[in-house]
Amino acid sequence: MSTLEILFYALSAFAIVSAIMVLVSKNPIHSVLWLILVFFAISGHYILLNAQFLAIVNIIVYAGAIMVLFLFVIMLMNVKKDSEPQKQLLVKFTGVIAGGSFLTLLIALVKQTSQLQGKQVLLKEGTIGLIHPLGKALFSDYVLPFEISSVLFLSAMVGAVIIGKK
Amino acid sequence: MTIIAIDWAFIVEKLIMIAIIVFASLGIALYTTFGERKVAAILQDRPGPSRVGPFGLFQPLADGLKLIMKEEIIPNAANKWLFILGPGLAMTASLMTCAVIPWGSAVDVFGRHVALQIADVNIGILYVFAVVSMGVYGIMIGGWASNNKFSLMSSLRAASQAISYELAMGLALIALLMTTGSLSLKTIVEQQITGRYWNIVYQPLGFLLFFITALAECNRTPFDLPEAENELNFGYHQEYSSMKLGFYLFAEYINMIMSSAIMASMYFGGYDLPFFNEASVAPNIAALIGVGTLLIKIVMFIFLFMWIRWTIPRFRYDQLMNLGWKTMIPLALFNLLLTGAVILAKL
Repeated sequence: MSTLEILFYALSAFAIVSAIMVLVSKNPIHSVLWLILVFFAISGHYILLNAQFLAIVNIIVYAGAIMVLFLFVIMLMNVKKDSEPQKQLLVKFTGVIAGGSFLTLLIALVKQTSQLQGKQVLLKEGTIGLIHPLGKALFSDYVLPFEISSVLFLSAMVGAVIIGKK
Repeated sequence: MTIIAIDWAFIVEKLIMIAIIVFASLGIALYTTFGERKVAAILQDRPGPSRVGPFGLFQPLADGLKLIMKEEIIPNAANKWLFILGPGLAMTASLMTCAVIPWGSAVDVFGRHVALQIADVNIGILYVFAVVSMGVYGIMIGGWASNNKFSLMSSLRAASQAISYELAMGLALIALLMTTGSLSLKTIVEQQITGRYWNIVYQPLGFLLFFITALAECNRTPFDLPEAENELNFGYHQEYSSMKLGFYLFAEYINMIMSSAIMASMYFGGYDLPFFNEASVAPNIAALIGVGTLLIKIVMFIFLFMWIRWTIPRFRYDQLMNLGWKTMIPLALFNLLLTGAVILAKL
């Protein structure tokens, strides 16, 4: 096994265990913290794919900003352990295993499509995830969708400010 | 059969460098606490710590020993794991920043060419930004896990302050990146060494904004609202004792050192000693002079942080938010536009 493969399997196991813990944790704050670990594992996968920019933006935006807001809301709401109906651990694990099996089935189906036949994931190769090629692509080939999505963000921001002022 | 093919010498080299940098930061942080007390004493016209050792130089060791010997208390109603995790996270996040700072050019040791930087990644500044945004978790988790309303209030303050000032910090950074065209701190420093002036000449407003946001991100006066004693008793670390409290206090000093190092690298030429030709001495000595220069720049920034702390009173919370959203962000946007216009005019 090469170093890359070891890292890949370790990160995958880390991501899956953390994702299951998000669902299993009784305390919503613990769930948020496990979710942050999931984002870190996914960023690790991005780095294996040589997409450093995506990896770091994933951490800044999801783990650094959105999850802080989640924590904020949960802390302010002061969710009590008893107030939320808790399912039994057995039921939860049954759900996790059933969902996981369904995901495996879907992946098996997707793998049979003609575009993906005989294709392999290229680890640590390609430059599209680095900041220079990505910026070039965004501002030349995809400039229109990029600008339109930024207008969408702007309108969402204006909406949030207006709601906040009421 | 080799299971793992790794360049072991490379790993050992990096591990040694990480160990040196982490322990050096801890040591400098220890003496920064001493420096803080001395600077406060000088500004308030009193002698300051002078009893332990010559000129009171062993005072930080005595303080550290005192912190370690104190009783560890975990409140009954606290969330035990998160209560322990909080200070650890704060410390880890503040130490992680040092990975991308170029401490010097390169030295030749035992026939190996060793660059004095742990990782020269293509996204250096964004990495710093990500770690800074992680730093707030230590405070939030610790404050919440203490199960104390003052701690919770304080951690919420810290989080909202950090988020608000991160925006202005990011915008100030973007203006700098537009002039450098690179995110790697090493490249930015090298550009300043070969170029005519340091970046401070091109980005004075950007530096001012970055400095103010750095004060806010480090929770230093006048932005130390999370530790406003008169409103919140003590702040997010109110329930902490012994070395867990020490970790929070230490993390603040390490944050100060790291942000000084970053400001020195981005705006003040990093390890560049002005009016000195590095090629005139042996490469190893030149590298050491570079490290010394960077350390001197860091100490000057830390002194500035302390000077401000003991001169300016703290803001009110609404003033802090108004400054962040209604002054800093528009100024940063203006700086961005100005930089863009100048770059366009030069084309």
